[in-house]
Amino acid sequence: MTKLSEKEIQDVKDFAKIVRRDIISMIYNAKSGHPGGNLSAVEIISTLYLKCMRHFPDWNRNPNFATRDRFILSKGHASACLYSVLSRCGYFDSKELMTFRKLGSRLQGHPSAKHIEGVEVSTGSLGQGLSIACGIALGLKLDKLDSNVFVYLGDGELQEGSVWEGVMNAAHHKLDNLIAFVDKNNLQIDGCTNDIKCLEPLNEKFRAFGWDCAVIDGHNILEIFDAVEQAKLNSKPTVIIANTVKGKGVSYMENNVGWHGKAPNAEEFEIAIKDLT
Amino acid sequence: MLTNNRERKSIRSEYGKTLVALGRENKDIVVLDADLACSTQTAMFAKEFPERFFNMGIAEQDMMSTAAGLAAEGKIPFASTFAMFATGRAWDQIRNSIGYPHFNVKIVATHGGITVGEDGASHQALEDVSIMRSIPGMMVIVPADCAETAEVIKFAAKYKGPMYIRIARTNVPDVFDRETYCFNPDKALIVEEGLDVSLVTNGETLAEAIDCVAILKEKGISAELIHLPVVKPIDVETIVKSAAKTNKVVTIENHSIIGGVGSAVCEALSENYPAKVLRIGTNDEFGQSGEQRELMNYYGLTGEKLAQKVLKFLGKI
Repeated sequence: MTKLSEKEIQDVKDFAKIVRRDIISMIYNAKSGHPGGNLSAVEIISTLYLKCMRHFPDWNRNPNFATRDRFILSKGHASACLYSVLSRCGYFDSKELMTFRKLGSRLQGHPSAKHIEGVEVSTGSLGQGLSIACGIALGLKLDKLDSNVFVYLGDGELQEGSVWEGVMNAAHHKLDNLIAFVDKNNLQIDGCTNDIKCLEPLNEKFRAFGWDCAVIDGHNILEIFDAVEQAKLNSKPTVIIANTVKGKGVSYMENNVGWHGKAPNAEEFEIAIKDLT
Repeated sequence: MLTNNRERKSIRSEYGKTLVALGRENKDIVVLDADLACSTQTAMFAKEFPERFFNMGIAEQDMMSTAAGLAAEGKIPFASTFAMFATGRAWDQIRNSIGYPHFNVKIVATHGGITVGEDGASHQALEDVSIMRSIPGMMVIVPADCAETAEVIKFAAKYKGPMYIRIARTNVPDVFDRETYCFNPDKALIVEEGLDVSLVTNGETLAEAIDCVAILKEKGISAELIHLPVVKPIDVETIVKSAAKTNKVVTIENHSIIGGVGSAVCEALSENYPAKVLRIGTNDEFGQSGEQRELMNYYGLTGEKLAQKVLKFLGKI
């Protein structure tokens, strides 16, 4: 298995800092969005795009396009994070980030495949991304392509029954090219996930459904990378349950359910940027 | 184009056979079902191409999103189950995973309408055309018999974009002559020209409407019969032209009068040529158990019952 060097880890950390500032700026500028669940996803999505995935920022103009790894953001409300990572990887000009959620923008509130390079499918209505990812994984196998499919789920999203239909399907078809992340920040709009509808014991549930399962710190780049390297070797679908902090990096947003879906005001924006500098 | 040999045949078998033929020509065609492969007849495809068939189990939501993923990879997925479960259980998946990105998924739903029969209201989709029609960019087709179903399925494999095709459980009488029938996705088909009233229908009620026209003829009424397999996008021109000639329009469908052919025709006419319209179908009500012909009779969808309603509408009885 490949190992990340100290320098590589630092590169991802520096990149993640930019992504966090983008997220806050985009949501502040749009006067709406989901800061909490975007900030909890930053290290994972950044590490995937910088270190784990085979992908082509010149999007479908690359002759090896079909061999790319696919990324599906099932928790589509983390769109700001994805858009920032895509643009900072060179998919499109980062100036466009400030059009997020505006009329006529390619950066729709939730990701739309019709609109922007790098977005494979449309998501936003929770509970559909895993099944779509399974469809892609099956298609890749039919075409004998060795690409991996990464799908990023929220923990609250797992309350959607359709997710478990997909979990069963992935195990049934032994989709070893499928790697799911659960962004386990323990909060959802109305409160603590375990108060609203308890998911535990989550790792045992996935194992009982026939998946390989790893539990990591979702803000530790080395752990993220190592878990993906291991998952690529597994002969079953793998879920990486990532313990994360909702609102990570912004002092007053961390673990605060109130920051699921609202934009900071001018004063809060200043504090957030200071926190992230 | 019409046939006089009104032999009753299974549309579902026709669907299964056509899929197999298409599967031989095009390796990108994949088929999904949700534990009803023997009913929808996708089992024929499963037998011939097991590696391209996915039985998703009793999980329609998973089936629709998986079909979306396969379409994202350039496959041409045909996803089948009963109309009730395809459109009811998985509407959000169809709208957001398939419709929004305009993915090339063909939803072919069997058991549309009241003629599901003895299973009763829980299985009788009377709203499916309505709710599929409301999804932006979704093409909606309701073929009338085996010959037309084969042509529609072949068209679906070539067309790029999301499509809902509704077929009946019933063994339906042949209407079209297989040798000469040609499906035109852009035009409604004038089956019979007439002057006194325009009848617009599709699916298994076309055969009933043909009987109705014959009965009306005996009573001295000249009815124009329009077959509208493509409910969306609708051929406004043919309907408006006919209404301009007859000024009286009757829609006939094995579906609720809310949101299906009746509504589509009213929308087309009210914007272009307001005319009086009688909508025949199921009213704002659920279906019930019963034998297929009994149900058609009870809900007033047989040729005989249709003729009585049309005569009343025209003030002739």
